Amino acid sequence: MTTSARATTPALPAVEVRNLTMRYGQLLIMKDLNFTIERGEIFVIMGGSGSGKSTLLKHLIGLRKPAEGTILFDGEAIDLDDDVARARVLRQMGVLYQKGALWSDLTLAENVALPLKEFTAMNRQSIAEVVSLKLSLVGLRGFEAFYPSALSGGMRKRAALARAIALDPEVLFFDEPSSGLDPISASRLDELIINLRDSFGSTIVIVTHDLASIFRIADRALFLDITEKTMTALGNPAELRDHPSSNELRRFLTRSSECLP
Amino acid sequence: MTQPLGALRRDGGTLVTVLAGDWSLGGNPPRFESLVTTNPVDTETAGVLAFDASALGAWDSSVLVFLVQARDYADSAGLELDRSALPEQIGRLLALAEAVPERSTADDGVVSTEASVVTRLGSAAIGTWAKLRASCTFSGEVALAVSRLTRGRAHMRWREFWVVVQSNSTGALPIVTLIAMLVGVIVAFLGVVVLERFGAGYYASYLVGFGVLREMGALMTGIIIAGRTGAGFAAELGSMKITEEIDAFITLGISPIEHLVVPRMLGVFFMMPLLTLYADAVGILGGMAVAVSLLDLSVTQFLGGLLTAVTLSDAGLGVFKGVLFGLIVGFAGCLRGLQTGSDAGAVGRAATSAVVLGITLIILANAVVDWLAALLGI
Repeated sequence: MTTSARATTPALPAVEVRNLTMRYGQLLIMKDLNFTIERGEIFVIMGGSGSGKSTLLKHLIGLRKPAEGTILFDGEAIDLDDDVARARVLRQMGVLYQKGALWSDLTLAENVALPLKEFTAMNRQSIAEVVSLKLSLVGLRGFEAFYPSALSGGMRKRAALARAIALDPEVLFFDEPSSGLDPISASRLDELIINLRDSFGSTIVIVTHDLASIFRIADRALFLDITEKTMTALGNPAELRDHPSSNELRRFLTRSSECLP
Repeated sequence: MTQPLGALRRDGGTLVTVLAGDWSLGGNPPRFESLVTTNPVDTETAGVLAFDASALGAWDSSVLVFLVQARDYADSAGLELDRSALPEQIGRLLALAEAVPERSTADDGVVSTEASVVTRLGSAAIGTWAKLRASCTFSGEVALAVSRLTRGRAHMRWREFWVVVQSNSTGALPIVTLIAMLVGVIVAFLGVVVLERFGAGYYASYLVGFGVLREMGALMTGIIIAGRTGAGFAAELGSMKITEEIDAFITLGISPIEHLVVPRMLGVFFMMPLLTLYADAVGILGGMAVAVSLLDLSVTQFLGGLLTAVTLSDAGLGVFKGVLFGLIVGFAGCLRGLQTGSDAGAVGRAATSAVVLGITLIILANAVVDWLAALLGI
C-alpha cells in the first residue's frame, strides 16, 4: 500500500497476464497475450482504434472474463465469481474512466469520499480532510461543493483522478486519459501521473493512442496489432520507434500512413 | 508496536514531531491537535516546528493529512515550519497539494441553498411561467411543422412513424386488453351491486355501456399509453439530447420537431382512437360476462338493453377523447424529452415528468370534455 513497503518487497509483478485470449461472443479480439507489469512502472497499452485496448483494460480491472488464459494481480488470479475475493482485489485498484464517470448526483467531495466511507473506518472529519487533500493533489482545492456538471472536461478528469486515488491504490488504470483534453491540460495530467508514481510509488497502467503522451511518460509500452490480432511489441517507446519490429508499429509510432517499400 | 506513530519532542527552541512506524488510512492515524493536547512537552515557547521521519515505515495519504494538520497548527501558533527532514517524496506531494490552483475563487457554480421564502416563491413562479411559455412555443412549432407537412413542404419520417404505430398497436394490445377487461368487470360489478338493490339489475347493461364507451375506455387507454409510450418518448428524446444527437440535427438545419416529434405525435394520434375502440369492445365483453353470470340475464337481453340505451354519439365521444388523449401523450412525452437536462438522472426525471404531466392533462381534458358534452347534450 505504500512506498517503502513496495520498495522492500520486490518479489511479484503487479499484474501478470498469461496466454490471454479476448472475445466478444464469436468475434476474436486479441489472442496470445503474455506480459507482466512491474511495480512502480508506467505501462502503456497502445494500439489503433478498435484494436482491443479498452477491452484489455476491462479484463485487467475485472469487468470482463477472459475467454482463455489468466490474469494474476499480485500473484493472485481474479475470480470473477467470488464476490468477496474480487472486491478485495478490486480495492487495490484505482480506475480513471475515459469520460471520468463521476457520479453526477454527488458533489466532488462526495464523489471522492464515497470509497473512503465504504472501505475505511474513518470518521467524518478525517474523511473530509483526506478528500480535500486528494482534491488539492489534483489542483482542485476549493471545488469540494461543485457538481461534476459545473466543471470543464479537464477538471472533471482530474476530479475523477482524485476519486481513483482516494484509497491509495496499488495500481492505477487510466483509460484514454488525454481524450477530450487540450494539449496543455493533457500534459498537465501526464505530469500529475508521473508525480503520483514518483511519490506514492503506484504502478500505473495507461490505455492510450496519444503519441505525445506515450513518449512523455511511458517506461514500457505494449503494442496491440489489429491485423495480427495479438501483441507484436513490448518495450521502451523510444526504442520501439527507433527499431520497430513491424511495419504496423513503425507506422503507428511515426504517425505515418504510408507503407515502407 | 512499542513506538507511537507520532510523538512530540523539544530540541532547544525547536518542536520536533517524530513520525514512526507504518501509517495507513485504515490504521487509525493520530491527529496533530490531539498530539499537542496529550503531550507533556511544552509547545508554547517553541519557535520552529520540525519533523523527524527517520523511523517512518510504510506510509500513505494519512501521513499527508497529518502533515497538513501540522502546518495548520504551525500557522495558528505562529511557529516556523521546517519540513527539510521529511522524505523527498512526501515533500513533493505536499508541494503539489499546496500549489495554488489555477482558479482560486471557486465560488461560481455553487448554487446557494440559503434563499428566503420570497426568493424561492418568486423563482418558482418565474420557472413555472417559463415552462408555460416553452410549452406554448413547442405546441406552436409542432402545429407549424404539421402544417408544413400537409402542404408538402416537409419530409415525413415514415420509419419512425411506423415504429410508433407498431408499438402502440400490437405492442400495447396485451396490456390494454387486460386493463380494459378488468375495468369492464369493475363497472359491471358496481352495476350489479348497486342496481340490484332497486331491483334494476337489468340496467347493469346501461351502466356498462355508458361507463365504458363514454368514460373508462378512453380514459384507461390514455393512462396506459401515457405510462408506456409517453415515458418512452421522453426517455428516447432525452437520451438523444444528452448525447447531442438533437444538436446534431439542429446544426444540420434539420428541425428536430419535424424529424423526431411529428412522426411520434402522429403515430399516437392515429393509434389512440383505434385502441380506444378496441378497449371499448373488450370492456363491454368483460362487463357482459359479469352481468350475465351474476344476474338472471341472457346475452341477448344484455346486448338488447345495451343497444336501446347507448347511441353512436356515446361511442363517438369516447373516440374523440381517445384522439385528444393521444395528442396529450405525444405532447407531454416529446416536450419533456426535449427539455431534458444534461446529467445522468435527467432522462429518468424527464420520463417521470412526462407521465405525470400526461396523466394530469388527460384527466383534466376528460373533465372538460364531459362538461362540454353535458352542455351540448351529447
